[in-house]
Amino acid sequence: MIDSIVAGVSGLGAGVAYLFSQGLPNAIMLAVGGVLLYLGAKKDVEPLLLIPIGMGCVLVNIPLSELGAEGGLLKIFYDMGVGNELFPLLIFVAIGAMTDFGPLLENPRILLFGAAGQVGIFLTLLLALALGFPVLEAVSIAIIGACDGPTAIYVTSQYAPQLLGPVSVAAYSYMALVPIIMPPIMRALTTEKERTIRMGTVKKSVSPTAKLLFPLVVTLIGGLIAPKGLPLLGTIMLGNFMRESGVVQRLTKASENEIANVVTLFLGLAIGGTMEGHAFLKPTTLAIFGMGFVAISMDVAAGVLFGKLMCRLTGGRINPLVGAAGISAYPMAARVVQTQGQRYDKKNHLLMHAVGANTGGQIGSVVAAAVMLSVLKGMGLI
Amino acid sequence: MDNWTFGLTMLIVAGGGTFATLVLLGFVVDLLKRIFPLATGKPADDR
Repeated sequence: MIDSIVAGVSGLGAGVAYLFSQGLPNAIMLAVGGVLLYLGAKKDVEPLLLIPIGMGCVLVNIPLSELGAEGGLLKIFYDMGVGNELFPLLIFVAIGAMTDFGPLLENPRILLFGAAGQVGIFLTLLLALALGFPVLEAVSIAIIGACDGPTAIYVTSQYAPQLLGPVSVAAYSYMALVPIIMPPIMRALTTEKERTIRMGTVKKSVSPTAKLLFPLVVTLIGGLIAPKGLPLLGTIMLGNFMRESGVVQRLTKASENEIANVVTLFLGLAIGGTMEGHAFLKPTTLAIFGMGFVAISMDVAAGVLFGKLMCRLTGGRINPLVGAAGISAYPMAARVVQTQGQRYDKKNHLLMHAVGANTGGQIGSVVAAAVMLSVLKGMGLI
Repeated sequence: MDNWTFGLTMLIVAGGGTFATLVLLGFVVDLLKRIFPLATGKPADDR
C-alpha cells in the first residue's frame, strides 16, 4: 500500500524532477514561449501567429507531457497539415482571397520590384552554403528571404523538416519586425531629394475581365515554367480567382475568415510544437536567425537600389522608396513606405504605388520559391 | 557537385528564372489590359 502511494506521488513530481535534472533547455524554451506570448498579446506583434506558436512552444516544453511525441496533440496537428504541406497551402488560398492585385495590374512594370525584393534569397543561399549547411537546408534557410511565412513553411517542411521550428519563427518574427528593419536601410540608400519624389495618383485602367483572367494567366505561365511550385501558385491564384469572379462569395469569405482562422491556429500550434528545447537550442538556430535577418535586409536594400535605377531610367518619376515594398510582407511593407515618404513630404502619397509593389512582392516570393524547386528538381536534388 | 557550383547555378538559373518569369508576367498583363480594356464611358477614377 505504502509502495503504491509513493509510486503515485513520484508520478506527480516527475515533471518537476525532470525540469531540475535535465530540463534546462525546456526551461529556456518555456521562457521563449512566454516571450512570444507577451509579444503577441501585449505588443500586438503578429498576434494571430505568435500566440498559437508561443502556446505550442510552452506546451511542448512542459516535461513529460509528450504533446509533441507520436500520438500527442501537437504532433497530430503537425502530421495533419504541416508534414504534408496542407496548412500553408490553405493559407495561400486565404491570402489570394484577401488580396486585391488591382494596384499591381495598373502598372505591371512594378512586378519587377517584386523580383528585386527576392535578391536576399539567393545571396543568403550562398551565405548558408559558405557556412557549411547542406544544400537543401541552405535552400530552406534562404527562403526566409521570401519574407513570406507560408512559403518558408512549405519549402522547409518538405526539404528540411528538422529546421521547421527555427525557420518558421525567424520568418514570422522578421515579417513582424519589418517596420523596424526597413526604415534605416531605406534612409541609408536614398537622398532626401529622392525620398520626396511624388508619383501622382493611380488611375483605374484595368477591366474586371483582365482582373479575372490575371490569376489564370499566372497559374498557367508559372505552372508551365515551374511546375514544382504549382501548389503555391495554384492555391493563391485559386483564392484570387474566387474573389475576382464575385460569384462564390461564401467560399471567398470562408477562405478569408473561417478557413484562415482555423488553419492559422493549427499551423501555429504545430510550429510551436517543433520548438522542443533539446531539438531547438542549437548553434544552428542562432545561425538561422542571423541569416534570416541578412536575407530580409538584403531584400529591402536590393528593392531600394532597383528603385533608384528605375528612378534614373524614368527621368525621376519613380520614388526609390517604393522599391522597398517589393518584399512580400503585405501590407506592412507598403505602409512603411507610405510613412517614410510622408516623413519627408507630408503631402506625398506613395501608398497605392507601394501596395502595387508589395503585391508584386507576394507574387515574386511565390514565383521565386516555385522556380527554385523546379531548378532543384531539374538538378536531381529533390 | 560542390557547394559553390550549386550556389552559383541557383543564383543564375533560379534568380534569373524568377526575374524572367516576372518580366514575362508583366508583358502578359500589359497584353491583357490591351485585349480587355476598361469599358469606355466609365470614368477613370482616382484611388
